[in-house]
Amino acid sequence: MPNAALEISGLSKSFDKPVVNALDLTIRSGEFYALLGPNGAGKTTILRMVAGLLRPDEGAISVFGIDARKDAIAAKKIIAWVSDEPMVYDRLTPLEYLEFVAGLWQIDATTAKARALDLLDWLGLAPHANALCGSFSKGMLQKVALAGALVHEPRLIILDEPLTGLDAGSARQVKDVLLNKVRGGVTVIMTTHILEVAERMAERIGVISNGRLIAEGSLAELRNRIGRGNTSLEEIFLDLVQTDAQGVAA
Amino acid sequence: MAQPASITWFARHELGLAWRDWAAMMTGGRRTRGMVLGAILIVAALIMHLIAYGIVSSWLATGIGPDKPTLVMLTGGGLLFWSVMLSQALESVTRVYYARADLDLILSSPASAKRLFAVRTGAVALTTFAMACLLTSPLIDVLVLLDGPRWLAAFGVLGAISALSAAIAVAVTIALFHTVGAKRTRLIAQIIAAIVGAGFIIGIQAAAIIYYGKFSRFTLLQSSDVIKVTPDLTSFVWLPARAAMGDLSALLPVALLGFGALAAVIAVTASSYGHHAISTASVSHIRTERRPATRAFKSGSPKHVLRLKEWKLLQRDPWLLSQTLMQILYLAPPALMLWINYGEHSGAYVVVVPVLVMAAGQLAGGLAWLAISGEDAHDLVVTAPVSARMILTAKIEAVLTIIAIILLPLIALLALSSPQIALVTAVCALLSAGSATAIQLWFRVVARRAMFRRRQVASRAATLSEAFASIMWAGTGALWASSSWLALAPAILAILVLGFAKLISPRRD
Repeated sequence: MPNAALEISGLSKSFDKPVVNALDLTIRSGEFYALLGPNGAGKTTILRMVAGLLRPDEGAISVFGIDARKDAIAAKKIIAWVSDEPMVYDRLTPLEYLEFVAGLWQIDATTAKARALDLLDWLGLAPHANALCGSFSKGMLQKVALAGALVHEPRLIILDEPLTGLDAGSARQVKDVLLNKVRGGVTVIMTTHILEVAERMAERIGVISNGRLIAEGSLAELRNRIGRGNTSLEEIFLDLVQTDAQGVAA
Repeated sequence: MAQPASITWFARHELGLAWRDWAAMMTGGRRTRGMVLGAILIVAALIMHLIAYGIVSSWLATGIGPDKPTLVMLTGGGLLFWSVMLSQALESVTRVYYARADLDLILSSPASAKRLFAVRTGAVALTTFAMACLLTSPLIDVLVLLDGPRWLAAFGVLGAISALSAAIAVAVTIALFHTVGAKRTRLIAQIIAAIVGAGFIIGIQAAAIIYYGKFSRFTLLQSSDVIKVTPDLTSFVWLPARAAMGDLSALLPVALLGFGALAAVIAVTASSYGHHAISTASVSHIRTERRPATRAFKSGSPKHVLRLKEWKLLQRDPWLLSQTLMQILYLAPPALMLWINYGEHSGAYVVVVPVLVMAAGQLAGGLAWLAISGEDAHDLVVTAPVSARMILTAKIEAVLTIIAIILLPLIALLALSSPQIALVTAVCALLSAGSATAIQLWFRVVARRAMFRRRQVASRAATLSEAFASIMWAGTGALWASSSWLALAPAILAILVLGFAKLISPRRD
């Protein structure tokens, strides 16, 4: 069994201009990895390429040893993707939505229903299991989307700004669910602009700027790198991004 | 400079937004595209005027005067057109109350909701007038050129009728708010709009079929029986027709009625606008509880799961009804014709073929957009371990199954009398539905289902190709059913339209 959950090498993508630039990144199996970067740094583009939502121009993506570009279906079987905009049908109930997701991932119907009920209960959605999602708040929709991502028990969960727009209670529930999954051996990659979340939850942090990985490591390793102890992640992040911007400008 | 939050200020704001919206939709922000579009519009206008000339010149040759047949024809034709205008106004007024956009911002501001309502209701009347002008101005222009400027008064009649349509639409909507509540008003207003839009046309088609055995709606309007029973020439019923022909003494009461009704309705109902608009805001937050699902999850292949999802969503789509009801209602006259002429002569069925083929294409276009482009959980479906081909195949199968369920009873009825015509209808309906679906597939975009109502303006190329292909397959069906070799011509044109659509469709990686 490979030790790396995700291995990216030489990954590039351009739209009007290069967005991801020959990126190399390795994420270990069972770790919680936070991907940080300023707006437009290329974080979402990287994750969308891993999830199979965007085609890379160049480079390789391997998910638990599976070449995601050659065998996309096999890779998708063990990946879950959660974006900042919940991907939920207004006219389905959470239970119907989870039934649909389980069907797409070909999960046994009995197992799927048991998991769905557990997840809805876990996320505090059980009382709304039979209400149409169209009537839900953003936080509730995000939790339904998260339940959808977990119902097929993925080995790698990719989340793009999953806490955007959530109230404190909902954010806590989502974070608890993710930490629980990591404790169970699942790998989580998450982008976030809430640096305290990355600071508290992530084992390792990667900082992306201009489509490149400019720094990576645990919080302590990042502090060492800029040569300041007891510095907050916010200061480390701003320092790294500013230095990189100056380097690019020069 | 208008005083902020005054009627003029709101009107300028609305007009500015409408103009930018229209310009963006037409040009996509590109100047060259705007110029090409301008050229296309000029050519289209010229063609429409040529067609109008073809219609009007023969009519003018016999001399147009305010006699009974002319007044019956103008009034009947006008009523047909008005039913469509009223349907459009009903749709638009519903949006005034239900579309959120900037409504929350304005209603939470100290600005007067009454003034906003007056401006938006006026805008509905203006839009209805603009649409009416777009469709009728070629006819009126040709009449002005060939028969004199008196026909310019027809534009005044259109304006008055547009105002009356907006007034009736507001009155109906308010009445619905009071009787069925905010939650059901939108749905019922859509059904009324569809029935009004198609009802009158269908009604006189049905009458023509029952009494004259013909399918044309003008058969009834030209019949001596109808002319005989209509009121005499002095009746007020003929006022709009007389006004359109340049009789200013008739135009004055028509204008007074239309604009007066609009002003009165605004004055009476404006104060309740804020209240009703706020009540519609809570509609989307109403928790629509469904029966607790005690059943087990169903298992099946991913393809089957996708098809089930599409059928469930189509069945629950709140806007689908208004978009497809009219097309389904149009199937009523052919069904009636099949019923009336059952077992008599198969020749009568030839006219049914193109209607069924057209309906198949138009229905398939709408449903295919919802299934293929209107995917609310696009990322979820794309990240599922299912091939893109399987996803598209499942969606196409879901659409074609629905079309088959709608058309099969009619085709089966047809088959009992004429298996050959039934076969022709089935083949052409399949080709028409398949073509519309293929076009939607080639022009697919990532959109929310709620954008359904804008699908026709989002890609004019797709809309036009879909309409042309349906018309050509309908023509093929009609000619093939009459055993004419000429059927090959529209069939070839349909294939060319499809080829052209594929050629200009966006390139995909």
